[in-house]
Amino acid sequence: MSGAALLEVSGLTLGYGRSDVIKGVDLRIASGAAVTLIGANGAGKTTIMRGLSGLLKPRAGSIVFDGHRIDGLPGHRVARLGVIQSPEGRQVFSNLTIAENLALGAWLLNDAREEARRREGVLARFPRLAERLDQSAGSLSGGEQQMLAIGRALMSNPRLLLLDEPSLGLAPLFIEEIFRIIEDLKREGRTILIVEQNASAALDVADYAYVLQSGVIEIEGPAAQVAADPRVVAAYLGG
Amino acid sequence: MPAFLDDFLFTYESLVHSLGVNGLLALSMYVVLAMGQLSLGQAAFMGIGAYTSALLTLNVGAPFPLVLVAVMITPALGALIIGAPTLRLSGVYLALATIGVGEMLRLLYINTPLFGGALGLSGIPRLAGIIWIYGCLAVGLIVFVFVARSRVGRAMEAMREDELAAGAIGVNLPRYKLGGLVVSAAIAGLAGALDAHVSSFISPAAYGFDAAVTILSFALLGGIGSPFGPVLGAIILTLLPEALRPLQDFRLVVNGLIIVLAVLFMPRGLLAWRMGRLAARPGGASR
Repeated sequence: MSGAALLEVSGLTLGYGRSDVIKGVDLRIASGAAVTLIGANGAGKTTIMRGLSGLLKPRAGSIVFDGHRIDGLPGHRVARLGVIQSPEGRQVFSNLTIAENLALGAWLLNDAREEARRREGVLARFPRLAERLDQSAGSLSGGEQQMLAIGRALMSNPRLLLLDEPSLGLAPLFIEEIFRIIEDLKREGRTILIVEQNASAALDVADYAYVLQSGVIEIEGPAAQVAADPRVVAAYLGG
Repeated sequence: MPAFLDDFLFTYESLVHSLGVNGLLALSMYVVLAMGQLSLGQAAFMGIGAYTSALLTLNVGAPFPLVLVAVMITPALGALIIGAPTLRLSGVYLALATIGVGEMLRLLYINTPLFGGALGLSGIPRLAGIIWIYGCLAVGLIVFVFVARSRVGRAMEAMREDELAAGAIGVNLPRYKLGGLVVSAAIAGLAGALDAHVSSFISPAAYGFDAAVTILSFALLGGIGSPFGPVLGAIILTLLPEALRPLQDFRLVVNGLIIVLAVLFMPRGLLAWRMGRLAARPGGASR
């Protein structure tokens, strides 16, 4: 993988209570790359996300983002540096309107004109949201909520976008649409980490892939190469 | 003052006072609930304010405005001390921790001669009155209306909706939680002091678990979409027992029933509308 590393994770160990869930993981995300982390349910994918976004304090190892050590920083500090997570399960503010959800995405920004500009960009990308600005987010379908969650994350103009299971629980048509959007974002040069159970879609869109199994990286490499790996085909691609 | 108003105030003076004091307590509950936290320490903070004010007035003879400043600072310091270790707690756990603090303080008042023991302190001069109480309530309401419409208000609303997502958009959760608890303690302390200086008597029993739950029910009944909701809830729950007086012994039963029905059928409170809704102006900014 080429380009300077925007995120460099080494020896990351994370856990809850007495057990370590992630046991010394190394990850590297080049600036402008789309990287995917795939693995079965319970492999620890979401735990890694929580560690990267400052929601869970690492037990060992380091996370360096753009030259700053961010392991151990609280979530809002990590967000301020530009690492923005679109959380698993489409955690939109469901009682608030779509317009308000988007505005909250730009909460760190104190520039109304820039906020309006970003909003136009998000609404152009998700025309479905533009039609429903005054509706409460809870009234949207699952796929639309996922779009809103991604749109809200984009409102902060993230330097590293963390997408946690963007396809979770969505209808096939919506999954296609979400991955088309991720593809667009990648083409525009955004750095993205996608954590997914839907390995085939994630490997299609990503440049580089890591396969997580029981808290360790089992396989890594360029996405096309990982997709062709017989172990991956057998375990994740239903080959 | 017209004679009828004079008569009215004479008859209902203490009720008018409690309406205002309870309104302030409801506001103090609002601050905490508005960011999705649950504290049952409001009665304890009220008690800190009441005892601080009574001791300052009785033993030191401090001027009343100064007393009012002190009664906001003392419970706020208390909230800082409690808040720092309990901030990592949320939901039910913060509520339990604050109940514990309330009980500790109640026992401290009962067992310390300085606080007058179980009998409490009496003979507190009636320095507060309608003007002080409703002045503070009005200032509190106005400030909260502005806060609810501000950037801070939006962060609070985001936290109430989903703490994890609020953190992900960059809201400094610990600072907001601690700040909310401190402000709420200061307001509760102020309410306690004003109450002590109109009723001229305070005792530990008034700041126990019952009071904490009553204050919580103000906000639950009124709704926390805007600062007006909890104040409305306080007004209704203060007037209701008076209105139900003809029912005699049954009035608390009916009182409870009304609260249960309200919570069941209006889970977002009587005043469900939200403050500071953003318009969906095309390309419009939000502030």
